[in-house]
Amino acid sequence: MQSKVHVRTAINGEPAEFLCEPRQSLLECLRDLCNLTGTKEGCNDGNCGACTVEMDGRIVTSCLVLGVEAEGAQIGTVEGLARGTELHPLQKAFLENAALQCGICTPGFLVAAKALLEQEPEPSEARIRLWLANNLCRCTGYDKIIRAVQQAAREMKEARP
Amino acid sequence: MQWFDYAAPRSVAEAVSLLDGRPDARILAGGTDLLVQIRSRRRTCGLVVDGKRIPELNELSFDPAAGLTLGAAVPCYRIYGDRAVRSAYPSLAEVAGLIGGTAIQGRASIGGNLCNSAPSADAVPLLIALGAQCRLAGPGGGRTVAVEQFCTAPGRNLLGAGELLVSLRIPAPAPGFAAHYLRFIPRNEMDIAVAGAGVSLRIQDGVIREARVALASVAPVPLFARAAGEALAGKTPGPEAFHQAAEAARAAASPITDMRGTVEYRRHLCAVLTRRALEAAAREVH
Ligand SMILES: Cc1cc2nc3c(=O)[nH]c(=O)nc-3n(C[C@H](O)[C@H](O)[C@H](O)COP(=O)(O)OP(=O)(O)OC[C@H]3O[C@@H](n4cnc5c(N)ncnc54)[C@H](O)[C@@H]3O)c2cc1C
Ligand code: FES
Ligand code: FES
Repeated sequence: MQSKVHVRTAINGEPAEFLCEPRQSLLECLRDLCNLTGTKEGCNDGNCGACTVEMDGRIVTSCLVLGVEAEGAQIGTVEGLARGTELHPLQKAFLENAALQCGICTPGFLVAAKALLEQEPEPSEARIRLWLANNLCRCTGYDKIIRAVQQAAREMKEARP
Repeated sequence: MQWFDYAAPRSVAEAVSLLDGRPDARILAGGTDLLVQIRSRRRTCGLVVDGKRIPELNELSFDPAAGLTLGAAVPCYRIYGDRAVRSAYPSLAEVAGLIGGTAIQGRASIGGNLCNSAPSADAVPLLIALGAQCRLAGPGGGRTVAVEQFCTAPGRNLLGAGELLVSLRIPAPAPGFAAHYLRFIPRNEMDIAVAGAGVSLRIQDGVIREARVALASVAPVPLFARAAGEALAGKTPGPEAFHQAAEAARAAASPITDMRGTVEYRRHLCAVLTRRALEAAAREVH
């Protein structure tokens, strides 16, 4: 039996390392070993998207990634969205539109929506809904989330020079 | 999760030597089937062999003469993000965008879809329709098999001890060629096909020269409905020919009744999806 593995990675642009068992998911490593508890566990099988993080430029469900696979990777979590005390436009729009109730789905929605807006700054409503189909919310009924993403997209567009 | 060891080989040969003599070893591509199965104890696995650091498994290259080489571990987002794939194989880009949702597509590979060997695997009927070949490597060397021969039973395939899928080879599309996959699910996305149909056509001078039809979720394996394709050869593309092929697909299906649908419903879907997929492919040729 293999012992623990030393993983060197980068989280939210900062070098990071942790010592994990090969069977531990990236989600567990982030929450339990790196103390980054913003990323949530919902279903633990890829369906709910609460654990969504960015990995080397695309989004993944971190419950279906092994911590050892993060070796040499760039990981982005919800903790990387705000700049100091300045919230990301998506975070502000979620608050202003009441796009969360219990909030467990929110980190996943934020990380997923950020990746969408970075790739496609002006997505249609249908495109936003399709992109976020990998994220489930039991509270809001989705409409407020979609409106928040649309508002953030507008604000990010206006903020661009 | 149960304990397992992890290895990330850098070459096919190293992967083969890790797998050889370890029946409890599994290749990891995107993990969207494997890790779910290990966690839910549907599969035991003592050694996870990560295929993603092997160059051949990450290859995605198109040559107008030789066709497409699709490495077994290339994730869906790279497939639909690839310009050459989108223009030469739009149906493949589309099916890569159909598997799971965005975050699943960030990991899930077409090779994993095939090696998981579920009858419902969405990419497999399309691969069969496209005439794709599997390149395998093992302790005895390499071999090539057609995708329609790969799956042998639900969750089983003809990979032998120590063998892995290296890549898929898809022939270059000939003039007048088009393919299409359609599935039926009760939702818009993120669900398992009740039934699916992958088809391809080659139309020349207004006549179908060649056609292939394959079906998802209506047999113990993704089903190559050879007779449905053969029924089209030499015919004029249109309602009559497509109806005949759809009926042949219905006859080829041997579905079961489960929580997703009944035998009758699935047979009906086979005919409808085959006809609509053929119509879509024919529109694409024109
Ligand atoms: C939320 C969710 C939604 C999904 N939606 C769909 C869907 O809409 N349609 C669909 O068809 N599937 C769907 N799936 C299933 C899964 O995502 C796909 O089958 C996917 O293509 C598997 O690819 P992977 O790279 O993740 O495979 P993995 O999980 O890494 O591997 C799958 C199996 O193949 C074996 N394997 C992988 N690569 C090789 C290789 N090179 N050689 C030998 N063996 C190999 C593994 O050992 C394992 O047994 C979904 C899964 C989830 C969690
Ligand atoms: S916890 Fe990972 S998708 Fe639900
Ligand atoms: S706010 Fe409760 S699940 Fe989305």
